[in-house]
Amino acid sequence: MPGGHIAIQVEDLVVGFSDHIVIDGLSLDVREGEILGLVGASGGGKSVLLRALIELLPKRSGRIGFPAFANGKAASRGVLFQQGALFSALNARQNVQFPLREAAHLSLELLDEIANVKLEMVGLSAEDGDKFPAELSGGMTKRVALARALALDPALLFLDEPTSGLDPIAAGEFDALIKTLQRTLGFTVFMITHDLNTLTAVCDRVAALADGKIAALGLLPEVLKSDHPWVRAYFHGARAQMLHLGA
Amino acid sequence: MTDEPGLIMNEEGSNALLARGAWTVANVERLEHLCAQISPEREGPIDLGGVTALDTVGAWLFEKLARRGAAGTSEAVFVGASASYAGLLREVHELNRAGSTERRQERLLIDRLMQIAQDVVADSAAFLHMLGAISIALGRVLRQPRAFRLTSTVYQLGRVGWQAIPIMALITFLIGAIIAQQGIFHFRKFGAESYVVDMVGILVLREIGVLIVAIMVAGRSGSAYTAELGSMKMREEIDALSTMGLDPVSVLILPRVLALIVALPILAFLGSMAALYGGGLVAWLYGGMSPAIFIARLRDAVSITHFEVGILKAPFMALVIGLVAACEGLKVKGSAESLGQQTTASVVKSIFLVIVLDGLFAVFFASIGM
Repeated sequence: MPGGHIAIQVEDLVVGFSDHIVIDGLSLDVREGEILGLVGASGGGKSVLLRALIELLPKRSGRIGFPAFANGKAASRGVLFQQGALFSALNARQNVQFPLREAAHLSLELLDEIANVKLEMVGLSAEDGDKFPAELSGGMTKRVALARALALDPALLFLDEPTSGLDPIAAGEFDALIKTLQRTLGFTVFMITHDLNTLTAVCDRVAALADGKIAALGLLPEVLKSDHPWVRAYFHGARAQMLHLGA
Repeated sequence: MTDEPGLIMNEEGSNALLARGAWTVANVERLEHLCAQISPEREGPIDLGGVTALDTVGAWLFEKLARRGAAGTSEAVFVGASASYAGLLREVHELNRAGSTERRQERLLIDRLMQIAQDVVADSAAFLHMLGAISIALGRVLRQPRAFRLTSTVYQLGRVGWQAIPIMALITFLIGAIIAQQGIFHFRKFGAESYVVDMVGILVLREIGVLIVAIMVAGRSGSAYTAELGSMKMREEIDALSTMGLDPVSVLILPRVLALIVALPILAFLGSMAALYGGGLVAWLYGGMSPAIFIARLRDAVSITHFEVGILKAPFMALVIGLVAACEGLKVKGSAESLGQQTTASVVKSIFLVIVLDGLFAVFFASIGM
């Protein structure tokens, strides 16, 4: 699947707050059906880029397009926020049903069934659907949030640090889940991550954000060879060496 | 091939269902309608050769059709599905096997009443526990005065006392003025306007002054205490204090409660004076009673007893407000919504208890002849 059309096309994007330019002339192509991992320094603008892509932040200049989709607009997109952003007044099942409820008039029976299918798809049980966000553990919150993001079977999925706050086992399971779902459902994933394991295990390509631009982009081995000082420091630092990434 | 979804019986004997079009969430209303028209007794394969798009919702509807076949004894098979659809259908095939779950039953009235009774008992226990903890902390401070958090207490006193004076004075002033106006308006019919002074004086000093101020303090300072303590609990600041060997009750709660106990009588006194001033002003401007006469009549009408009855209640009301605020603050759990719930509960419960306490004092003072 990777290597097809361009799902997200970003050209010369500039995003900033008052006199502070965060994203400075950034260009990036995300291919249809791939999982692209974005790394970058804390406070370096990763989340700003993601929020600009999903139109939560206005852009100063540049162009964001979705050429693979009709009219060049992403018909449907799912977003997994870092803290899950589940609606606290609704239980897990109602959270998953919410986008469906808004999109169509369905029988309660079918709504419940679809929600159960989605919940089981992300590795939860139908009983977990009765729990409220306050009763869910960190890993379960992420799973419910993923089920909600996938409720309308979006063609584009945006993930903001999907494995942050999870223990290595839960993070590994979540990585595998994203990979499996992506292979089955065939959506395109744009993912921010700090987790070097996620980069190696899940991502088809890796982009490194530094100084408001893409400093390196490509398969992980290619990015590892980059001469950019920040990218070198990131991938060849002590913590990265421990994972035997250093080449 | 069109994207318009369809589902028809094959007329030529093979008993297969022919599906076509886009079986996606965008068409889900139409799809549900189509599936509802298929008889549950139907048997035979489902032909997906004409399907142009399939997502999880579509796959689930096919799976549901297949499961209905032959009353669950054997499941229908899919034919003509492309490789990518087959993967999705296999995935969905494993899911939602438990059957649709029961919706949560509405609880019976009796269960709810039981729950409320349990909550009241638990609340009372927490309240008494907090009273005990504060008494112990106070006892420790009396034995070792250096352990007393003077700076914190003075700071809290400034917040709940000094800064509250303008709003308390304004509100009690208005209440006093309104009581006087109503009194003059209605007493005028009997020619008994001058008794307005008795009514305003006794009512304000005995009841209204302290009650209004206590309710305002519960809403203004009690809620602030709950929100502060709750957010400290949420961010594990209270646990951090305990691990440093400090008692959260003496560090955080005792200064706050003591500040309230000192501030509320002062505020009640100032509030009563403001209410009498408001009443006097209305009696002069609206009732035509000169200030000198108002003061002279007031001196006859009220005695120090009325003032004592009012002001004696204030520290007890402050204690109740402080205890409820602290209890509710420490009940906050991890989430921001629990903080909001407990803050609301704190205000509601402390206002309720303040009024109950006022009633009990009324009975008590009446029985001892005050």
